[in-house]
Amino acid sequence: MHTKTQESRISLFMPEENAGGRKIRIYFDDQQLTVPEGVSVASALLMSGVRTFRATPVSGSPRAPYCMMGVCFECLVEIDGRPSRQSCLTQVQEGMVIKRQDGASGLNIPSAEG
Amino acid sequence: MATGVEVFDLVVIGAGPAGLSAAIEARRFGLSAVVLDEQRRVGGQIYRAIEESSPRRREVLGADYAAGAKLAQDFASCGAVHVGGAAVWNVDRDKTVSYLLDGGSRKVRGRSLVLASGAMERPFPVPGWTLPGVMGAGAAQILYKSSGAVPTEPVVLAGGGPLLFLLAQQYLEAGVKIKALIHTTGADDYLRAAPHVLGALRGWKDLSKGTRMLKKIRSHGVQTFAGASSFAIEGSEKAESIAFTHNGQRKRVETSLVLLHQGVVPNTQLSWSLRAEHRWDERQLCWIPITDAYGQIEETGIYIAGDSRGIVGAKASACQGRLAALSIANRLQPIAPGAFKQREQAILDEIRAHVQIRPFLDALYRPQNEHRIPEHDEVMVCRCEEVKAGQIRKYVEVGCLGPNQTKAFGRCGMGPCQGRLCGLTVTEIIASERKVSPQDVGYYRIRPPIKPITLGELASSE
Amino acid sequence: MGAAIAYGAAKSGSAVTLLDQGDVAYRASRGNFGLVWLQSKGAGFPRYARWSRDAVDHWGPLASELRELTGVDVDLQQNGGFWIGFSEKEVAEREAMLAKINAADGRTPFEMLDHHELKARLPAIGPKVAGGSWCPLDGHANPLKLLHALHAGIQALGGRICNGADVAEVCPIGEGQGFRARSSDGRQWIGEKIVLAAGLSNSVLAPQLGLHAPVVPNRGQVLITERLKKFLPHPTNKARQTAEGTVQLGFSVEDVGLDDGTTVAAIEWIAKRAVATFPILSSVKLVRAWGALRVMTPDGSPIYQESARYPGAFTATSHSGVSLAGSHAYEIGPWITGVKSAPEGIEEFAGERFLDPDRKFSNAH
Repeated sequence: MHTKTQESRISLFMPEENAGGRKIRIYFDDQQLTVPEGVSVASALLMSGVRTFRATPVSGSPRAPYCMMGVCFECLVEIDGRPSRQSCLTQVQEGMVIKRQDGASGLNIPSAEG
Repeated sequence: MATGVEVFDLVVIGAGPAGLSAAIEARRFGLSAVVLDEQRRVGGQIYRAIEESSPRRREVLGADYAAGAKLAQDFASCGAVHVGGAAVWNVDRDKTVSYLLDGGSRKVRGRSLVLASGAMERPFPVPGWTLPGVMGAGAAQILYKSSGAVPTEPVVLAGGGPLLFLLAQQYLEAGVKIKALIHTTGADDYLRAAPHVLGALRGWKDLSKGTRMLKKIRSHGVQTFAGASSFAIEGSEKAESIAFTHNGQRKRVETSLVLLHQGVVPNTQLSWSLRAEHRWDERQLCWIPITDAYGQIEETGIYIAGDSRGIVGAKASACQGRLAALSIANRLQPIAPGAFKQREQAILDEIRAHVQIRPFLDALYRPQNEHRIPEHDEVMVCRCEEVKAGQIRKYVEVGCLGPNQTKAFGRCGMGPCQGRLCGLTVTEIIASERKVSPQDVGYYRIRPPIKPITLGELASSE
Repeated sequence: MGAAIAYGAAKSGSAVTLLDQGDVAYRASRGNFGLVWLQSKGAGFPRYARWSRDAVDHWGPLASELRELTGVDVDLQQNGGFWIGFSEKEVAEREAMLAKINAADGRTPFEMLDHHELKARLPAIGPKVAGGSWCPLDGHANPLKLLHALHAGIQALGGRICNGADVAEVCPIGEGQGFRARSSDGRQWIGEKIVLAAGLSNSVLAPQLGLHAPVVPNRGQVLITERLKKFLPHPTNKARQTAEGTVQLGFSVEDVGLDDGTTVAAIEWIAKRAVATFPILSSVKLVRAWGALRVMTPDGSPIYQESARYPGAFTATSHSGVSLAGSHAYEIGPWITGVKSAPEGIEEFAGERFLDPDRKFSNAH
């Protein structure tokens, strides 16, 4: 299945040869991905061809992980409905729903009739 | 209202070599100890994922990495408490540590504290460094250690410093192709390092390890550009190529993945947040917290051990952890002076052996001025708030004296990374413009939360 | 405060030099919450209530003028603000206070709202909120951008700003020959007139020129969140969403001397209140907490005074440096340079009022 976005299909990273281990399913921008169990969300996405993780709040510029250790805050994505999560510090779980972070976090405001 | 915050003799922040060693040593003296770390498993960054690593991975990563396994084992059996997945968001001078764990804010207090946050990669502010596809070499190493991930296409390594060459060696061992190794080490650097060669020779084990590494890289026929300068990464929405100057000519290598590295620097967020004094070290080009010989800040009972106190490497970091624990144990229940001195001397001798080579390495791999203080106005300095070098220079022009005032002018340093990736650059740019030393310019005032925490998590704390 | 007065003085044609402490100053503007606030100002002090109303009217023109002159937009929004209350008792007390203030001249309008009425206007309000008060003239701006704009404006009008000047001593030069200011590093400046707007340092400097300006530090801790998509259209007394999308939350009121640090207790308290006010903020990340020292007079109202002993020397102090900026620029500045006469009733703001043994003071707001 092709992605809806203009992403190149070339992953920057891949699992090393003969990497055993279970695989699990996660979802990124509504696309199903099969990724190794036990890795960080950032690793999983990088190994699945995701090149841009977010658009910055200030200018909408494309960004992706830089440090992989939790200090740069570039790897922010929405995970299971919670925005701005550091994907390099979060482990993948079966069925996880991940979305590209588009600018600032949004909030679900209750309607005035509440 | 805190009802009964648990108290330990020693609370350690950081489960890398310094933190683990401090806990192990403290336990030898019968002290209660807890180690907090943001990662779920121990090892810090240098020994990242050591406990789950396969024999193959240890082979690729080398003996220095594999050595972490014993440390992890010793820690597991020493009786200290380990809290993984704990993001420390505040440390008070009364040694209460507030941290976030599984969606809740908790507290723990120590009669003493060891801060062992380690190091992070020095920022590398060059044109295009914020493009997707540009990462730190250390980041790529973490990807391999924690996920077994390797680059899909021949990869470009650019910059300088031991970690860059180590990664090259590890990749070659793993069968990864390296398209180009573009490094900045040239004649100037050898000249600068020459006076320190004696120290390097005394640290001959490290030196020969380094030369073997370089030999291996050469023997694989990796395309190498030495003495390169003026890096610029090109591409519109992601990295497409890296341009650089080499032998007087402007050259370009096409690549979607650029791994940058120009050394590591102490992670000083915690020490700054405690308002410890720091001095600017012109040799390591970073801030060093001021402590006594055991790593203690003033008379606080708060110690700093490992790379976050100044880059010394994994082995010396472990020694510093033990030294801090020794001093702490002595303060809490005095040890016989003879025994103390003996133990202290043994550790100090070890440290000395491990740091022999450092002045040589610091001189040889000194990061280029232009790669620390961007000359082009368009280079992004504050990645979070998108403030460029030219804007910072303008602030100085209109009277900005230091980094805290830049925050007022343009939100520089006010984003989620809290100055980690821009702080050094901002200080150096201002120092360069004002023609004073970085010491005179100072650093950002670091405030809690040290790591982001939600209002709900704060509101629900006991 | 000093910058606004200096700007007003420069605008009225005087040669102005602004002496500023530098990167590590206490800088009260860092502690200002950013509200341009009218409601509840001047309870028991009608002249101050009038002063606050005039200041609010001056803000729009000041903001436009600064933007045109310097290009800096201070993000002024003046389309009303809310005070939030958590109990019927609190809300009733609020209503009584606001009615009393407004009874003087009707120029401080307000509207009381119960929970449902408030929720209609601020859908994000949570169930624990009992009600609130609304003033259509309230608003907010960016205090640091204001400072930046005023500095740029002063320079654009030919004024001088000397940075890193830690003034330790001020004195008159002979009889009516002007004044000298001397910094701790030995630099000095001479002027025909002098204005002490040095915040906390005013306690020490004012007596040197025959003025009484008792001020004490009051710490306010403030939280700021990550950037969020717009959800809060009006500021409230303890929560506002800035132009960048961050939400600023506050604030503690503490008497801790010169300690501008933060405490876990206050951070948790402010977070609890924020989540009680707007439950959707529960999932929002705190990016920074800070403390800053605000400058409080014993009754919480400003001090503006010309020295009787040394005419030409003035002192000015207020903790509402943002709300009152327009009046500082358009009324205080020109008064000091002699271009306009003293604002009517300015003597009510004299520092000597604190020397009256029969008066009691409280700076509760």
